[in-house]
Amino acid sequence: MAIEVNGKSIETDEEGYLTNLNDWEKGVAEIMAKEDDLELTDEHWDIITFLREYYEEYQIAPAVRVLTKAVGKKLGKEKGNSKYLYGLFPYGPGKQACRFAGLPKPTGCI
Amino acid sequence: MSEAIKKFLYLNRRAPYGTIYAWESLEVVLIGAAFDQDVSLAFLDDGVYQIVKGQDTAAIEMKNFSPTYAALGDYDVTKLYVEKESLEERGLTIDDLMDLKWEDEDEDWAEKDSIKVVSRFELARIMEGQDVVFSF
Repeated sequence: MAIEVNGKSIETDEEGYLTNLNDWEKGVAEIMAKEDDLELTDEHWDIITFLREYYEEYQIAPAVRVLTKAVGKKLGKEKGNSKYLYGLFPYGPGKQACRFAGLPKPTGCI
Repeated sequence: MSEAIKKFLYLNRRAPYGTIYAWESLEVVLIGAAFDQDVSLAFLDDGVYQIVKGQDTAAIEMKNFSPTYAALGDYDVTKLYVEKESLEERGLTIDDLMDLKWEDEDEDWAEKDSIKVVSRFELARIMEGQDVVFSF
């Protein structure tokens, strides 16, 4: 499978995650969000950026519980809860946000 | 659901690369951590090399997963036992290991050491006190 971003074809796996992490650019998240009928706001980008930084540092996509706690610490307590995160990413902050961020599916996510 | 919390110990005995055991163990730990059990890890024999700092896997073209050990604290895995004799037999000290910490949410995110060097005798006692021991 593949998605079209700015005239380029970028390969994805059967679940829509990027095959090669280095292919990521902002357009990837925008196209993926459009396909899911989502409009990306600054609040979405905060989470996407956070996930990319987490992966850069630890080489894994965090589990939802870990993401929730870390977001609460970094972006404020009112954002560190699953209601807020699911509000932004209805298909799940782990699965959907990691996909937008160009990361693999979180470890432990089935 | 009220299930009793069990004590899980993961034994890591092999060098990090060359076999898949070390990475598999780490993945199982991260997945298992979602189940709110009392999890601890032990590094002994060549397993102590898994948490040596400054790992560089470029020459063997494998992913360097050592940064992932630093995420264990986020997963509430805060007890990493390292066997003293295994370090000594390999000419290593705690200073050769990564400085792994966890943040205590109850104490305003104070950083605390995750690694504890224990003797072979102490490790045997720790193993005795577990409900489940996995060996990788």
